[in-house]
Amino acid sequence: MLAYTLRRIVATIPVMAVVALFVFSLLYISPGDPAAVIAGDQATPADVERIRASLGLDRPYLVRFAEWAWNIMRGDLGTSIFTNLPVSTMIQQRIQPTLSLMVITLILAICIAVPMGVVAAWKQGTWIDRLVMGFAVLGFSVPVFVVGYLLAYVFALELDWLPVQGYTPFERGFWPWLQNLILPSVALGGVYIALIARITRATMLEVLQQDYIRTARAKGVAQPGILFLHALKNAAVPIVTVIGIGVALLIGGAVVTESVFAIPGLGRLTVDAILRRDYPVIQGVILLFSFTYVLVNLVIDLLYTLFDPRIRY
Amino acid sequence: MTEAPLLDVRNLQTHFRTPDGVNRAVDGLSFHVNAGETVAIVGESGCGKSVTAMSILRLIPEPPGKIAGEIRFQGRDLLKLSEPEMRAIRGNEVSMIFQEPMTSLNPVLTVARQIGETVRLHQGLSRQDAERKSVEMLRLVGIPAPERRVKEYPHQLSGGMRQRVMIAMALACNPQLLIADEPTTALDVTIQAQILDLMRDLKHRVGAAIVLITHDLGVVAEVAERVIVMYAGRKVEEASVEDLFANPKHPYTQGLLGAVPKLGSSLDGTTERLAEIPGLVPSLKQRIEGCVFAGRCPKVTDLCRAVAPALEPKAPRHTAACHYAEKERLAA
Repeated sequence: MLAYTLRRIVATIPVMAVVALFVFSLLYISPGDPAAVIAGDQATPADVERIRASLGLDRPYLVRFAEWAWNIMRGDLGTSIFTNLPVSTMIQQRIQPTLSLMVITLILAICIAVPMGVVAAWKQGTWIDRLVMGFAVLGFSVPVFVVGYLLAYVFALELDWLPVQGYTPFERGFWPWLQNLILPSVALGGVYIALIARITRATMLEVLQQDYIRTARAKGVAQPGILFLHALKNAAVPIVTVIGIGVALLIGGAVVTESVFAIPGLGRLTVDAILRRDYPVIQGVILLFSFTYVLVNLVIDLLYTLFDPRIRY
Repeated sequence: MTEAPLLDVRNLQTHFRTPDGVNRAVDGLSFHVNAGETVAIVGESGCGKSVTAMSILRLIPEPPGKIAGEIRFQGRDLLKLSEPEMRAIRGNEVSMIFQEPMTSLNPVLTVARQIGETVRLHQGLSRQDAERKSVEMLRLVGIPAPERRVKEYPHQLSGGMRQRVMIAMALACNPQLLIADEPTTALDVTIQAQILDLMRDLKHRVGAAIVLITHDLGVVAEVAERVIVMYAGRKVEEASVEDLFANPKHPYTQGLLGAVPKLGSSLDGTTERLAEIPGLVPSLKQRIEGCVFAGRCPKVTDLCRAVAPALEPKAPRHTAACHYAEKERLAA
């Protein structure tokens, strides 16, 4: 188990290398020039050329990639073209809001979606099932920003229960921190909840047909025990898999959600960096996102062994 | 009969609503089981024997199923009990063993958890006591190294061992009635014999009555005291096991016995073609006029097609539903 974990962590290195090369190349071939952005509208071509040279952007592709990769391996993500701050410092400043948003959304989504799916499977074909499935279709089809603005309008502006936007750091207290995250999490969690609820329902429907469920009934186990112990533990592997895959949805959605709710997180940093062609920042953030995703999926693989004793590494 | 039977099933009707009509899986079945007795229910696939077993514990999903009639267990009609009252009986006073030991145990829970669940549920035992009880039960059903086995998962056990675990689970609360639905069908022949021996042995120790559902007449001869032959959701014959094998009255029972291969018959040259019963069990979706077996019976007459024969005594403690089964003296 430990050996497997270590092996998997080592195996992330080539994955990250490919991601790094991909990110770097994508930015290299994409149009736009940070030097032109810095120089402004009034600059002459000579000015732009001079700035480009000072940024090192005039050097060949491979040289620039090798230098960047070498620096990353030493733990240096580079320096922002605009703020002149190290990229790692900028990420550190912005990581808490994004991490908070994602963790709260994850917890919220699992706590809502799994019971929803279980109950829908149990009450298959009834109005409860149809309600859950209808909600899932809505969750899939209504975009984050629509849900976000609707929620902000109803719960913040009209009812005045929660703040409209912004972010309060965790250091200033749990409740103020959580208050600011509830609406964004619900908005961001919509698709995620729909996804988890659907897979939970589908898997549970299959598991509830199994012989061992009949055995449990014949033993006198009550319905909650049947559903949440005997069936759900058997349905856990596909559900956990989808939760892991869905983290990618969360990362993408966080960018939009942070814009809607004015949360100063990594998503906003990414958007700003893209608009300004701040290459080192874009590269750093994307690398961090991919690393998170790879890591989450490793955790998921390890979680399998917790739910299914037949899986051993 | 001096005292009331342990289980008394009267006019049991289990019907299923399907898109193309009502399936009368069990249609007017009556039988009883005395305390400590072993009764076998035999018949082909689809004759309603498993549905009967499931109906007794009310494990038939309703809808589409519908159970009617009376199922008296220790005088109480199980069909009138609420779901919580029914749960208190399942696994406690009446328990069940299923055909497929491979799939009937939960693959993600330990043996201790699965056996212990019953005693924790019905006897309120603590987790530690339940685990101790699980070890004790595994020892009872003859699983070596029970302290170790109890911590294992079903996939670590062989088929025979899993069926032993199922039996341990079923007997953990000392039930008065054990319903065994094809308990040996999925096992190797040698393991089958072991499991049957075990069931016979435990029955004497625990004192439970057994309803044994099977299509295997060898198993019936081995363990049962009384036999009920079912066909198309109805009882067609009932007798003691000796009587039934020696003197079957119903043409269907005669056909079943004729279809059993005799061991070694090809060696001593007595092999004949196995007698088969032509045709299939009729569809249960139409109401059958006349005798249910008329379509396949070698002795069928117009009377059979028109009038359903009543179940009536043909010999002492031997009933059959056939117009032409000869009656013996009924003095006793």
